[in-house]
Amino acid sequence: MSSLTPDRPVSASAPVPARHPRLDPLADRYAARTHGMKSSEIRALFSVVSRPEVVSLAGGMPAVTALPLDAVGSMIGELVSGMGAQTLQYGSGQGDPRLRERICDVMALEGITDASPSEVVVTVGSQQGLDLVTRVFVDPGDVVLAEAPSYVGALGVFQAAQARVQHVLMDDEGLVPEALEDALVECRARGDKVKFLYTIPNFHNPAGVTLTEERRAKVMEIADRYDLLVVEDNPYGLLGFDREPMRALRARDAERVIYLGSFSKTFSPGLRVGWVLAPLAVREKLVLATEAQVLCPPSLTQYAVARYLDTQPWQQQIKTFIELYRERRDATLESLSALMPPGTTWTRPDGGFYVWLKLPSGLDAKLMQPRAVSAHVAYVPGIGFYADGQGKEYMRLSYCYPEPDQIREGVRRLARVVEAELDLHTTFGSVDTGRFRAVRPSTPQVPAVEPITGPASSDQVGDQP
Amino acid sequence: MTTQPVAVDDDTDLLRAVVLAGGLTFEREVSLSSGTQVVEALLRAGLDAELRDADADLLPGLAAAPADAVFIALHGSTGEDGAVRAVLDLAGIPYVGSPAAACRLAWDKPAAKSVVRAAGVTTPDWVALPHSTFRELGAGAVLDLIVARLGLPLMVKPASGGSALGAQKVGRVEDLPAAMVSCFAYGDTVLVERFVDGIELAVSVVDLGEGPQALPAVEIAPESGVFDYTSRYTPGLTEYHTPARVDDDVAQRAADAAVTVHRALGLADLSRTDLIVDAEGTVHFLEVNVSPGLTETSMFPMAVEAAGHRLGDVLTRLLHQAAARR
Repeated sequence: MSSLTPDRPVSASAPVPARHPRLDPLADRYAARTHGMKSSEIRALFSVVSRPEVVSLAGGMPAVTALPLDAVGSMIGELVSGMGAQTLQYGSGQGDPRLRERICDVMALEGITDASPSEVVVTVGSQQGLDLVTRVFVDPGDVVLAEAPSYVGALGVFQAAQARVQHVLMDDEGLVPEALEDALVECRARGDKVKFLYTIPNFHNPAGVTLTEERRAKVMEIADRYDLLVVEDNPYGLLGFDREPMRALRARDAERVIYLGSFSKTFSPGLRVGWVLAPLAVREKLVLATEAQVLCPPSLTQYAVARYLDTQPWQQQIKTFIELYRERRDATLESLSALMPPGTTWTRPDGGFYVWLKLPSGLDAKLMQPRAVSAHVAYVPGIGFYADGQGKEYMRLSYCYPEPDQIREGVRRLARVVEAELDLHTTFGSVDTGRFRAVRPSTPQVPAVEPITGPASSDQVGDQP
Repeated sequence: MTTQPVAVDDDTDLLRAVVLAGGLTFEREVSLSSGTQVVEALLRAGLDAELRDADADLLPGLAAAPADAVFIALHGSTGEDGAVRAVLDLAGIPYVGSPAAACRLAWDKPAAKSVVRAAGVTTPDWVALPHSTFRELGAGAVLDLIVARLGLPLMVKPASGGSALGAQKVGRVEDLPAAMVSCFAYGDTVLVERFVDGIELAVSVVDLGEGPQALPAVEIAPESGVFDYTSRYTPGLTEYHTPARVDDDVAQRAADAAVTVHRALGLADLSRTDLIVDAEGTVHFLEVNVSPGLTETSMFPMAVEAAGHRLGDVLTRLLHQAAARR
């Protein structure tokens, strides 16, 4: 057995450095834009997602195991052994010319037929593309318009740039043009500098909805009338389940739209290859900005994407992804219809990765998250998709990663969590559960025309068992 | 308060430790952070230490590669409610820390408060109730009684669990129902406590073979005024003062209270007791943690350092004691 041997006092041989009382001697020196960067309970709760017992409907991870991994592996191996002098070397700040040519071919599938490789800047995922565009255009205090809700990663970029985000209503048909015009009028009246509209027209993250053809025309007409720059973020456009890809906003106006594209959902997110398509003058600034930030995008992954597009049946692979995601979307919607308590509504995506769910009145997706963790199911609370604290009653469900059976189990657990929360709200008077029970299955839950804060479909109609 | 210098044995390199961290609780992230710190500290101290999650691979792994002792850095249920310790007891694997039955008692905050009060330590008046009581007797009537008896402000927290998850200070009666709803998401029983304003102290206790001894108290001064999850785990948002900025007699009473709590609940090896000192200098017991946080922003490692020790040496000593209990 060990014993105390005071002849070896460790503290005497190696003094422990004194701690700063705040544990961080630099606490007073950080830039103002870092002030929002704090540990959060939500993030902590997310750590359980890595355990296999938990069904995660939270992360938007593409199903990369559906790729021909052996073929991709040998392709990348050959790029190193056969072309190491190029693929392991610095490259052009704007990106590999061959890849930029192929990117133009990809964009042509969504109606962008006039793009020149010289207008394309390859980026480290479209996330870096958005960061570059924001750096180039936005000063602290400027206004960025974004859908309500909007992509959480974009809100992070805007926050870091100290932009003010003004949300614009959406519904099942995407961004509401009248709301966009109202927001522009409001901003003008206040003297705000609106730098651009950030929009995800296809299979929106997190809302799952798609901007209709009619509204695309209206949105561009308003942009023209108000001299509004549009940043079109389109990572999911080729992942539609029921129809050919819709014509991009950029296909309608080459001067007013900056387009962000990505290979993360059509090939691999781990390669981190995306791009920006912008008018030449903007492109020039983007190249200078990216050189200051990363010198050049990674050569190896650019070559990998170009080689993949050159040698592999990538369009066939997208069809494989589509079938897989369609099956998972169906499992999600069927389970929701069968299991969720009345008063819950959700969107019905026809592509992409996400369902946006609205809880019965009074429930708060963030507050009920601990109960969900206990029930071994994870989702993303809606509040993160707004810059202004809205969205408590919403959550994002991702169906892209779990298998259909796991999705059904996850929704079953989620339904129990919602039931338990409704029970609690009944006790404490925040929610009149009886009101929800009284709603007949055939009665629509949501007014058909009234724009709402965040989209919610009338999915409950007639779907209750 | 004094502590003896901690010395390490000459045969430390022979000791193989498994550090349990992670688990499937709200505090998984904190636990993984604690576990990583512990493994690093033990490796620096010359031990063979390995981090493992409390999952289905744990028992087969321990059977295949037996550990001399296990260090439990699991927070939240399973790790702190005695369950994992009971399983290790069944397997005959020694571990650092309190026995299963004592953990079960400490984990139940209302039960622990009763025991601690009976042992003569002051603790704020409280009531602990399950959701079903509010549902059956009417939430409004029960909440009215609580406010009438305990006054405002109140602390509302889950009856078990740590890291301040789900804990809220409620100053207005109209905010009470919402606080109850959010707290019940963490568990089926809520502890409502009279709020005591004062200086927050965390007093760690270690037993290095000569009975439990209190380490220097750590005073907690959160910038926001509330020591919630964000204040705990974001460096810079809270000031920690060791030794605490209190009179010597207050520091001594806080140390005595922590040792009394440790003994009264039957705890072993290490614990951390959270206390509050009111304006009159009275020391109030809030809760005790049988698996104190060991992250970079946790109070137990601060106290160990303030006593002039290295964390790795203290933990090594505790592992040797545990191994000797086999």
